Amino acid sequence: MSRQITIEPVTRAEGHGKITIFLDDAGHVHDAQFHVTQIRGFEKFCEGRPFYEMPSLMARICGICPVSHLVASAKACDELMAVEIPETGKNLRRIMNIAQLVQSHALSFFHLASPDFLLGLDSDPATRNIFGVMESHPEIARDGILLRKFGQEIIELLGGKRIHPGWIVPGGVSEPLSADKREKILATIPAAMAAIQRTLEWFKRTFDQYPEEIRTFANFPSLFMAMVNKRGEMVHYDGTLRFVDATGKIVADGIEAHQYQDYIGEAVEPYSYLKFPYYKPMGYPEGMYRVGPLARLNVISHCGTPLADAEWAEFRELGRGAVLSSFHYHYARLIEILNGIERIELILNKRDILSKNVRAFAEPNRLEGVGMSEAPRGTLIHHYRINEDGIITYANLIIATGHNNLAMNRGVLQVAKHYVNGAKLQEGMLNRVEAVIRCYDPCLSCSTHAAGQMPLH
Amino acid sequence: MSKVRVATVWLDGCSGCHMSFLDIDERLIELAQYIEVVYSPLVDPKVFPESVDVALIEGAVSSNEDLEKVRHIRAHTKILISLGDCAVTGNVPSMRNSFKVDDVLNRAYIENASVQQQIPNVSVPTLLPRVVPVHSVVPVDIFVPGCPPSADTIYFVLSELLQGRTPDMSERSRFGA
Ligand code: SF4
Repeated sequence: MSRQITIEPVTRAEGHGKITIFLDDAGHVHDAQFHVTQIRGFEKFCEGRPFYEMPSLMARICGICPVSHLVASAKACDELMAVEIPETGKNLRRIMNIAQLVQSHALSFFHLASPDFLLGLDSDPATRNIFGVMESHPEIARDGILLRKFGQEIIELLGGKRIHPGWIVPGGVSEPLSADKREKILATIPAAMAAIQRTLEWFKRTFDQYPEEIRTFANFPSLFMAMVNKRGEMVHYDGTLRFVDATGKIVADGIEAHQYQDYIGEAVEPYSYLKFPYYKPMGYPEGMYRVGPLARLNVISHCGTPLADAEWAEFRELGRGAVLSSFHYHYARLIEILNGIERIELILNKRDILSKNVRAFAEPNRLEGVGMSEAPRGTLIHHYRINEDGIITYANLIIATGHNNLAMNRGVLQVAKHYVNGAKLQEGMLNRVEAVIRCYDPCLSCSTHAAGQMPLH
Repeated sequence: MSKVRVATVWLDGCSGCHMSFLDIDERLIELAQYIEVVYSPLVDPKVFPESVDVALIEGAVSSNEDLEKVRHIRAHTKILISLGDCAVTGNVPSMRNSFKVDDVLNRAYIENASVQQQIPNVSVPTLLPRVVPVHSVVPVDIFVPGCPPSADTIYFVLSELLQGRTPDMSERSRFGA
């Protein structure tokens, strides 16, 4: 009789999923599935609402990356209005988008993943969490809180509240930046910079302790996708899509948001509410690709800021061609925080940043619009259709975590095959299966289950 | 003094209410001296404990699993808090109540899919016909509205409870804020 192990819910991940591991008679793993267990219906229930409500409605998809949804949604609305938004409006959107990237990456790294490194993958699950880190490594916990707060405070200063600000609107932003707020943000930069530099230093030293995890945590060839600008630099606000293969070679480039359906298809599997996007030219499931911090650092030609570029050069040494181990999502996340802090400072020092011209007004001028941005976890696409009155008739959303679905499932199987032994099951084996999911930092924004267990059926 | 046992739970919400809890920032370190988070997406235990002092519930009740879960939690919790507008009123998730469940599923998995169009039905929960707030299925002790409630509000609720008082929410929160 074959047996199953259920890990439910996957903990220290944003939103809830569960994992099923299928064992053969000898107790060896022969298959594994990662299930996402909620569908919320945004693509349907936005129908009948005015298009200008979309940014603040769609932000409620996710409380961790609401700003990403604000941005992608507002950009789709900009398309519907067919307006060019003022440069300062764009730059202010950029700052908020990066601030969110920093806070979200800090959450993923410190609050969710760091207990595995600092307390150990095999340590007591009762204390293997951020509160355990506060006791064992208080200075590191403080850096995590500081970096998350740094991002959240910028969002609050710009938008009036930390979660679900309504400030990013179709056409731009609703209020310009004041000189006083600009100074306040600039004043927080040195402490954040020091914290991320300390973190990079200690984290890189731990790589030696995890040779096996680095070798087996979703370490396989795949495509990678991310947005870049015309110079091939890392961007999170606007640019075009690029795909590279496992050797780092560019296979498609310059893809505009409205062309996404020519390159990305979506498949459904019966065991998950999260769809499985794939690179259309290669078909399903061969067209597996990864997105998010690791993908961005594999796809770009450079970061575009000096400190992050120095770090990126070190990162690229980890692989020949693209860096393939998903373990390095964590390192990539830290490099993006560094780049983000540098860029916030650069943008705040732009000459026109205090300009009052931050928003374009228009009625809808097109009946279809697609908006795209890089969210903390990867590329996010919002696609709307409206009628002549500006009422939404159709929406399709591709959420960042979705793109990684094929690779997360592959990764879960790889780790389970390597570590899980059905005959001598130990908690640490299963924690590693969850830890590979934590690398991707999925944002499932979905419900929990009936009180979870790890039963052996 | 033994620590107060706290659980935090996500039903059909966006996790914004949990993020607002983390927005307590450094005060979390101080709180951690008085409370122990025994069950939460932030910690590893997989089974809801036999007895919990305070459970903060984020999100509306949307699937058969949400329903079973919230009933189980109620039975093992002293003070149950509806945290945020989704738990308190159904909020955004309940917008799907204007549509049939089949239409919601068809949009996502049939219309908006390019291959293998099908409705997932293996190892995934079933959607209830209507999304409902928490208090429509179990008794709720404290309501904390807001989308999300601010970190200061959440901190106020927890500190009042720690001092043995019932938090007076009248001045502290409003819907949407
Ligand atoms: S109340 Fe608002 S912040 Fe809280 S879960 Fe619902 S949508 Fe998210």
